[in-house]
Amino acid sequence: MQPTAKEAHHGDAHAHAHHEELGFWRKYIFSTDHKIIGIQYGITSLAFLFFGFCLMMAMRWQLAKPGTPIPLIGGMLQSIFKDMASGGIMSADLYNMFGAMHGTIMVFLAVVPLGFAAFGNYVVPLMIGAPDMTFPRVNMASYWVFFLGCLVMFVSFFVPGGAAQGGWTSYSPLATLVPTDGQTYWLIGMVLLITSSLLGAVNFVATIIQLRAPGMTWMRLPWFVWVQFVTAFILLLAFPPLEAAGVMQLMDKVFHTSFFLPSGLVVSGTPVDVSGGGSPLLWQHLFWFLGHPEVYVLILPAMGIVCEIIAANTRKPIWGYKSLVYSALAVGFISFIVWAHHMYVTGMGTKISTFFQTTTMIISIPSVIILTCLFMSLWGGSIRFNTPMLFALAFLPMFGIGGLTGLPLGFNFSDIALHDSYYVIAHFHYVVAPGSIFGLLAGVYYWYPKATGRFMSETWGKVHFWLSLLFMNLIFQPMFAQGLAGMSRRMYDGGATYAGVLDPATGDVVGLTKQMIGLNTPITHAAIALGAVQLIFIINFFWSIRNGEKVKTDNPWNATTLEWQTPTPPPHGNFASEPTVYRGPYEYSVPGAATDFTPQNQPK
Amino acid sequence: MDIPYTVHPRADTGLYNAKVGIWLFLASEVMLFGALFSSYILLRVGAPDGTWPHSVLNIPLGTLNTIVLISSSITVVLAWASLKLNNFARYRVIQSITLLCSLIFLVIKSFEYRDKFAHYQVVQKDGKYVDGHLTGSVYLDADKKTREEHGFRGLSFTEGPKGAQKKFTLESVTVNGFEAKSLAEINNPKVGVHHEHKDFKIAAAQIKKIGNYGPWHNTYMAIYFTLTGLHALHVIGGALVIGYIWGPGAAMWKTDPERYINRVEVSGLFWHFVDLVWIFLFPVLYLL
Amino acid sequence: MSATTPDEVHKSVRKYLAVFIALIIGTVITVGAYYVHLPSVAMTIAVALLIASVKAFLVAGFFMHLISEKKMIYGILVATVFFVIGLCFLTIWSMHDFPANMNHSVTGQM
Ligand code: HEM
Ligand SMILES: [Cu+2]
Repeated sequence: MQPTAKEAHHGDAHAHAHHEELGFWRKYIFSTDHKIIGIQYGITSLAFLFFGFCLMMAMRWQLAKPGTPIPLIGGMLQSIFKDMASGGIMSADLYNMFGAMHGTIMVFLAVVPLGFAAFGNYVVPLMIGAPDMTFPRVNMASYWVFFLGCLVMFVSFFVPGGAAQGGWTSYSPLATLVPTDGQTYWLIGMVLLITSSLLGAVNFVATIIQLRAPGMTWMRLPWFVWVQFVTAFILLLAFPPLEAAGVMQLMDKVFHTSFFLPSGLVVSGTPVDVSGGGSPLLWQHLFWFLGHPEVYVLILPAMGIVCEIIAANTRKPIWGYKSLVYSALAVGFISFIVWAHHMYVTGMGTKISTFFQTTTMIISIPSVIILTCLFMSLWGGSIRFNTPMLFALAFLPMFGIGGLTGLPLGFNFSDIALHDSYYVIAHFHYVVAPGSIFGLLAGVYYWYPKATGRFMSETWGKVHFWLSLLFMNLIFQPMFAQGLAGMSRRMYDGGATYAGVLDPATGDVVGLTKQMIGLNTPITHAAIALGAVQLIFIINFFWSIRNGEKVKTDNPWNATTLEWQTPTPPPHGNFASEPTVYRGPYEYSVPGAATDFTPQNQPK
Repeated sequence: MDIPYTVHPRADTGLYNAKVGIWLFLASEVMLFGALFSSYILLRVGAPDGTWPHSVLNIPLGTLNTIVLISSSITVVLAWASLKLNNFARYRVIQSITLLCSLIFLVIKSFEYRDKFAHYQVVQKDGKYVDGHLTGSVYLDADKKTREEHGFRGLSFTEGPKGAQKKFTLESVTVNGFEAKSLAEINNPKVGVHHEHKDFKIAAAQIKKIGNYGPWHNTYMAIYFTLTGLHALHVIGGALVIGYIWGPGAAMWKTDPERYINRVEVSGLFWHFVDLVWIFLFPVLYLL
Repeated sequence: MSATTPDEVHKSVRKYLAVFIALIIGTVITVGAYYVHLPSVAMTIAVALLIASVKAFLVAGFFMHLISEKKMIYGILVATVFFVIGLCFLTIWSMHDFPANMNHSVTGQM
């Protein structure tokens, strides 16, 4: 998208930049400019978002029509995975592989890099009035280490035996003892991804602490910057324990240590030849120590985007800015001490269960405050229903459904029944799919004009929105019912194993009913439709680079925050001269002001 | 616009950028080693009685390495202080001692590692253990001709050019160490058997299990190698950075001395952290 | 930040050397305590960790200048220490709190 943008604004973009012209490679590939790096992250993660979704479409086919060849790609799967997809039919192993990689890719290669690294990189320095990140070269390194990690994950599909099959959680001993090399690649990939996000996190925090423009006090930061700050802290401090765990599992896998392998382990009747003495639960603790904070990494940036868009499109200040800030901080802090609510069924005692149950309920309070503030912000606004705003608005109820359905999972007594069922799948997908992804799509539509100088098509944007909203709900709503009826997750036959079992004592049919299993078919149809709808977005995205409606000003949404007070697209170094900030981030419709928005850098 | 506060501190935080950056990075390192230490505690507390080894490592060497690392820490601050006093030549000399220390540390560490790979434990068919250094092994080829090896090459191995490969099977191993009735005895250094070292020649037919003290030996060795290995990587990384600043990067002293001093300070902070980790690693792994 | 004028630097250098000597003495005591065989295992562990903590304090406090650092750095480190303790303590607690009347085994005895 860069070249066109440059053409359009070549004049003002470079008039002030006193840096020497860089060659193509230094400028677009090994660039240290936060905007280019943000775009690189954005494109990579959007590609993986689509790829992760394609894996799921193949799996959904298997669930709806077990044992039938997958159309279109069946042949290709067979040629890559041999017996694992003979006749183009998905085997159990392949289902496990795609499931594990769907989870991994969606979380670590798509949503986190998109929300945190892509939007954070592009927008944060602009919003705080900084010329770049504090450590531009570290920033570049962060992207390329990330890219390497992606490459390792991607290549692992093509090695003999294929990619990891132990679920995105990679619980030991299962993950360690799967006899293929996929898990080794997974671990190496993860170590690279973690390293990359550590570099990114250091950079973000340092940038926000050090490079705020004069007058940009902490309480004048747009809330988006706050959530990025919290997110960066979470990544900085929660990821290293998983890196440690990853190294240990790698030792288990490669050097046959027994960190996570207990004594006396027997697999398929044969004792495993390892020293033993390790603890499978240790892996779970270290994994979820990251795993839980990670869900806030998935959701906070999306919330931040939604907040900015709501403020700009209701033309009024955000309701409860301070509550939002303190809630974000509280969420970040408490997110470190709730992790074992994922482990209620591992045989924890009642005291520790009570502890984690309590912290889990406490953390729901700031989350609810955030959602409430965003809802309240709509009250009395004269709302502009453009595409970014539609996505932002839809985020609110979708995240609401995801969040509220999480409460029964936070109490250990109800979680024991719901654990590992499709209810869980429905719950967290409401948070991350129609939740996070809608927030992120809103961000793409919102900042696209800043990065390219053109709008994406509004009409097609709205089509994309309404159809996505419809199909997302058709996919995930029935899963609540399936889960409550007892359908387990990670089953490649779509639940057939448990269908219509006769209870010998009573003679009643227990287990899943035909109707429940039958829901798999409409879900799959909706998933395929959702995939098709995304083509609209992809085409719109590329088509608009050259053909979209041109922006008439640098601030097409009439927004207050600093990223709109730069040339379009912002040149290297961002601001012609250092901006000074005089006011808070959301001064919309201030009585007596000349316009209905007062930019942060407008003197009093 | 250029990036501000690369050299001089920002007024409200009182810090220059790299200082913030390095402390953030160290915070994440604290979490990394914190997680590993937690794992250590957990594995150790969870180990059934008598299964956690003691005194497997060479304490004099460990002590020496501790002193080497502490010395390198003092030289790092002294080098920085010399720059503050504008004495570049003295900085050069003192910092070279730091680099030397890091090298000594790594060399000693590699000797310790090599020692563990030569340290074997044999479980015999009669249930007795032999624990000690493997001094040699004897293999038989297809014609029952013997061949002596300095080390241990598995229960059998093949050798020779493709097509004409010969197979050798183990006949016996010689271990210089002591014999013990149980693992608990081996793991308790206070039991008398530890002091009666002699050569044991053990026939292959007698061997139930044989293995060296690599990371696979037990969870203690696993965590030992993981922690010290990761620590050694940090030593290497730190030495490379300090070495770069000391050598090729020193041109900056002429062009931008303040920034150069900052670099020395920041790399020093990292180095002290590496020292700090060792301060805990040493007693935890060697002495407890 | 300590030490800006030459005088101050000279003063700090003396401080560093004192710390260095303290660190060496600490090391010697730790190793010595190991060889004299203290009466109980608990005591051995306590002594070793106590000395290690003191040494760590000296390195962090003086070599890394933490005793006179800026507020921002303290903030970052306080949060970090809180989370490390949380990780360590909660993990160990969960592994030793079992449901009543269940004969679960601890790590490694399964
Ligand atoms: C929008 C399209 C998506 C669809 C249709 C979808 C569908 C599914 C389904 C049906 C499963 C359960 C598979 C099984 O248990 O057998 C699943 C698992 C999972 N999904 Fe998604 N998903 C989507 C997007 C996402 C996103 C955006 C994320 C994360 C940010 C995500 C993360 C996961 C994870 C972590 C798992 C668990 C994998 C495992 O069991 O190891 N998904 N998805
Ligand atoms: Cu959680």
